[in-house]
Amino acid sequence: MTVCFTEDHEWISVEGETAVVGITNYAQAQLGDVVFVELPDVGRTLAKGDEAAVVESVKAASEVFAPVSGTVAAVNAALATAPETVNAAPEGEGWFVKITLSDPSELDGLMDRAAYDAFVAAL
Amino acid sequence: MADTPDHAPPPLVTPLNAAHRALGARMVPFAGYDMPVQYSGILAEHLHTRASAGLFDVSHMGQAFLVGPDHASTARFLESLVPADILHLRPGAQRYSQFLSPDGGTLDDLMIHRPHNPDDDGTLMLVVNAARKDHDFDLIRRHLPADIRLDIARDRALLALQGPKAVDVLVRLGADVADWTFMTAGPIRIGTLDAHASRSGYTGEDGFEISVHDTRAADLWSLLLAAPEVLPVGLGARDSLRLEAGLCLYGHDLDETTSPVEAGLAWSIQPRRRLEGGFPGAERIQFEIANGPARRRVGLKPEGRQPAREGTEIRDLSGRHLGTVTSGGFGPTVGGPIAMGYVAAASAAPGTKVVLMVRGRELAAEIVPLPFVPANFVRRPA
Repeated sequence: MTVCFTEDHEWISVEGETAVVGITNYAQAQLGDVVFVELPDVGRTLAKGDEAAVVESVKAASEVFAPVSGTVAAVNAALATAPETVNAAPEGEGWFVKITLSDPSELDGLMDRAAYDAFVAAL
Repeated sequence: MADTPDHAPPPLVTPLNAAHRALGARMVPFAGYDMPVQYSGILAEHLHTRASAGLFDVSHMGQAFLVGPDHASTARFLESLVPADILHLRPGAQRYSQFLSPDGGTLDDLMIHRPHNPDDDGTLMLVVNAARKDHDFDLIRRHLPADIRLDIARDRALLALQGPKAVDVLVRLGADVADWTFMTAGPIRIGTLDAHASRSGYTGEDGFEISVHDTRAADLWSLLLAAPEVLPVGLGARDSLRLEAGLCLYGHDLDETTSPVEAGLAWSIQPRRRLEGGFPGAERIQFEIANGPARRRVGLKPEGRQPAREGTEIRDLSGRHLGTVTSGGFGPTVGGPIAMGYVAAASAAPGTKVVLMVRGRELAAEIVPLPFVPANFVRRPA
């Protein structure tokens, strides 16, 4: 299993052809209390950069863009009743979607943990 | 998280800026100021204010004095700009009103206080919105008669202590405010600090707004924050608290196109003014009071958990346009999404089912009475 990160503060955990996508601890701290997450329909095809989800905090709605292209294989239905999981466990139980990758080479341009930590530290 | 453009002037700061940073507040640009949006988190700050007491820095708001030869002169001048009855405002009382345009639109909303001390007869204290203070003070200056002057209180900070335990905190610190009712105002002494307070606020809770000289603001902030009931609260929770309380935010729920009657604020226009007029836009206001406005501000309760934000279109069940959401988000005390907006008057009755168009999808909602959370004011016995 490899975990990579984007400059939009998403994490992608890849196992074989499946990628689990969520937002980082930094992102949830920036958003504040999450009160709703709008997730895509299972089966939807996403191109890299498409709007994949919308995270609503008390204050505002923020878009989450697909970090990789593929098909939505599953969504985290538990977030419908417990959106606060995104704050409590952003890089674990607070995951958003599972995507079946259509172009695994897109992962090549992403950051690893060390590079992402350095990226955040410089913000 | 919006970036400030490179060409923007440096943000203004309140006398409490260093105190916010020392508390680890997240700072954001607001109305030209560098202001705290949250300290511990919006939900926690909101719920703490409703349960105990929250301390807010609202020093960005505009404070000013209108000083004239006697109360009648100053009141009649202000009545030429606002529709409230200022002439009969009791000494020591505060009143809410609006600056109106000649066509009855709202230029800003404000608080007006008549001092209790007879030595201050002829003086009125004003508190206006931060984003509108330059506009408002220019408006006043353009109309000032020779015997009245406008003193802008640039050297005063404004703190709000809001919540059911606010009064306990102030009384314990020596302030003689236990007998004050909602919208009472006057001088107070908190510890060794001289200040001026009103029993009012922007949360729907009992509480106080406290005006203090800017050199003493940090001392007052620390003194109040040391009380075990009190936590600091930022602009994020200030917005969710006022939305639950059904209170208008200028520039969102009120603007130059909305009249106070459309906004449901006709209660703030006393009978003498309704009858006599004599304020900007009186023709429209009097017509709307007599015949009803074309649209009304309403509360909106979306089904489920998804919030509908400002700008969301409101439709009827047949898909016809009814209006627009002007404030929307999540109500922590309500425990779900809430919104306010304007709809055609014929569709404004509580219980009316509507549809909110959120990112191209239909979100079912119902028109509900305001406020979402009952006000917790200490009213004057009738």
